Formats: sequence, structure tokens, C-alpha cells
Amino acid sequence: MSDKPGKPQLSSFLPRDRNWHPKALTPNYKTSVLRSPGRAPIAFDNTLSEITGPAFGHAILGPLDNDLIHNFAQAGQSAIGPRIIVHGRVLDERGRPVPGILIEFWQANAGGRYRHKKEGYLAPLDPNFGGCGRAISAVDGSYSFRTIQPGPYPWPNGVNDWRPAHIHFSVFGSGFAQRLITQMYFEGDPLIALCPIAQSITDPRALAGLIAPLDMSMTIPMDARAYKFDIILRGQRSTLFENRLEGN
Amino acid sequence: MVQELFLGKETASQTAGPYVHIGLTPNFSGISGVYPADLGTGLINAQTKGERITVSGTVFDGADTPLKDALIEVWHADAAGLYPSPSEIRGTADPNFAGWGRFPSDPATGLFSFETIKPRPVPFKDGRLMAPHISFWIVARGINLGLNTRLYFADEAEANAADPILSRLEHQSRVETLLAKPDGVGRYRFDIRLQGPLETVFFDI
Repeated sequence: MSDKPGKPQLSSFLPRDRNWHPKALTPNYKTSVLRSPGRAPIAFDNTLSEITGPAFGHAILGPLDNDLIHNFAQAGQSAIGPRIIVHGRVLDERGRPVPGILIEFWQANAGGRYRHKKEGYLAPLDPNFGGCGRAISAVDGSYSFRTIQPGPYPWPNGVNDWRPAHIHFSVFGSGFAQRLITQMYFEGDPLIALCPIAQSITDPRALAGLIAPLDMSMTIPMDARAYKFDIILRGQRSTLFENRLEGN
Repeated sequence: MVQELFLGKETASQTAGPYVHIGLTPNFSGISGVYPADLGTGLINAQTKGERITVSGTVFDGADTPLKDALIEVWHADAAGLYPSPSEIRGTADPNFAGWGRFPSDPATGLFSFETIKPRPVPFKDGRLMAPHISFWIVARGINLGLNTRLYFADEAEANAADPILSRLEHQSRVETLLAKPDGVGRYRFDIRLQGPLETVFFDI
């Protein structure tokens, strides 16, 4: 309808390409076997319930929310690990910036250990690293945060399965139908090709979209390297010549 | 050869994994001091207009085992049928109503529970009213793409029968899987089954 921020959107989102996303049942990722719906999902065109969605203002953000190196650390201390900046833009499928949306991220520490009760990996916790952060996209859709590069870690699937280093992302859009969770991987990680979760995506172009390249243009010399991760949300159907039915 | 459409593709989904709580409900997961409170813990306050209800349920896997690591997000209209969203142009929703909530299942039992108000109907595209409903989005370890479904209310039989989405389901016996059952005064039970003969209807929205 409009690419101006804050302008209401009324058209449906373009349908999700379910061959692009991982299938529900991906047996090499064993947990999916009993957690994958067996019946076809029922499709219907978006209604107001899907086109609308919650919005989060900058008021929720604290000054360290996008700084995982410091947001859990004791005063004067910082998390251990290779310092990186992750930055990118949130765009829709038509290439338009998606401003003002909440992006949340979480990750393991530099040793590959999560700060979670159910996590049993022998790598130690870092007392100065919590592992969560968040940001709100700017008018041009951009976001960035500072963190340490997470480590790879073993997980109970096969006897010797390792997750490639990754950062989890949760992204809102303007509508509830755009809600998305994904994972960002790092360029050059040989574990990506071996990982049953990464390989649940069968289209190599779709997987490539999750692999962040090293971005020397955003590196801070003598401080932190940078990785670029753009996120693409579902675009909207054009409203040109659309049938204007009552209630639309 | 033809011209390029220059259409991008949505970023592919990956599972939320077992540690989704670190990112989305850190205080719940024991990581305190980063955010003052978790987002989405309350939909309503004392001033919110509407009939108070509590919805509880469990997500079951294909072996009838509760998911203890699931995360549910809900989204629904207020007591006037309006959404508290910048995309809502029919009017202004109740300022004391959040519309959106986020609830982890209990790590010991798998039960999720939240208080809200019963939504009023929202129009379908053709102007017919959809029965009161709550949109659900379910993520967890083992779920590769978040699952969308809707909660409808079993005690809204007339509205449900006229609902444009429920009434078009080919397998009408499956409508039952979308109905929250009254479970005491102001309380509803809504269990979600990922597989099996009573598999919940999930939507491709």
C-alpha cells in the first residue's frame, strides 16, 4: 500500500513458499518426527487477524539491549570471545525496508554453551555472558548489535552431531502472518553442510540466505569484525486494481 | 529470456530450538537483569474492557507427550473487535489491551495458561463476521516452521457455524480440534495436538 513507515497495511501477504522453508517432517532432525503435523495445513487468504500485528516502541529498549558483550556483564567486564558486529536490514520480498519492527536474538557463548537449565554441555558458562539481545529496525530497515561469535557445540541427535556456530533470530513484521524465527550461520563454517537442522532446508539458495558473509566494510579496526545478515519478510500483494470487497 | 521480476524470497525458517526461552522469555529462563520484564506476559490490566477469561492448554506430540519446551504466541481482537495494531484502520482499539501475548509451556508439566478478555467478532474479507477467535503461533524444538492455528470458543456455536473459515473446512469433524472447551466459570481449555487422529487443524496463512 505504501512504503512509508507507520502507514496502515491492508493487503494480504504473499503466500509462504512451503518448498522454500524446511518441511515439517525432516527425519534426520529426529525431534521433528513426533512434532510435525501430518496433515496439510489449510490455506485461506489473510484476514484482518493475519494482516494486523503487534508493534513495539523504542521505549522498551534499554541502552545495552543490542550489546551482548555487556548486557549481562559485571561493571567494567565483558563477555569472552571473538568480538563481532552483526548488522543488516529487514526488507520485504519486494525489497522495501521494514522499519520499526522488533528483532530478538539469542545464542550460545564462545565455548558453545547456552545459559539454560536444560543445557548440559561441558563447556563452561561465561559469567559475563547472558546470550540474549534485541533491537528495533530503523526507518531504512537497518539494525545492528554487538556480540561475541558463538561456538559450535555437540547435540544429542546422532552420536556425533554438531551445530554450526549460529545466532537465533526472532522477527516480527507489521502483520502476525509475517512472524518468523530463524538462525544465522557464519560464512565458511564446514559444519553447515553436516547439520541436520541447517540441512532441513533443501533449496541451497534458501540456505545461502541464512549464511552471513564477513563484511570487512563494517569491521571496527582493532576491535570487532562484522557480519552482514539481511532478513526478508513476506511482501504484500499489490493493492492496484484489487477487488474492494466490503470489510477489506 | 524475459525481464526480471526482482522479487525476493522470505528468509527461510529454522526451528526455535530448545533454548528459545533465552531469547524470548529470558527472565522466565532465569536470565535476569538484561530486560526489566519479559515481553507479552500480560494482555490485559484492571481497566481493560471485556469479559475476563483464562485459557489453559497443553501441546502434545505424536506420542501424546506434552511439549515442555514450547512457546505460544497469541494475537486477538479486543472487546469491540478491533486490533491494537498500526495496521488497524477501522478504529482505535482499547488502549488497555495489548492484543498480543507470549507464553512458555511449563517446563515441568507442559501446561500454558494466560488471562485475557473474550474477543468480539472481526469481519472476514467479504464483510461476513468471523466468530470470536484467538490466533496462535506455536514454536518449539522439532518444529521447523512456526505453526499457525486459531482458538474458537465451543460456547459460540451459532457464530462458529457461520464462520467463513470453519464452515469451509472439508472435514467438519476436525472443527472440534479448534474449539476451546468451557472448563469452569470464565475458564477455557485448549489443547493442541501436533499429530494423530485428533491432530489440530493448522493453517497456511
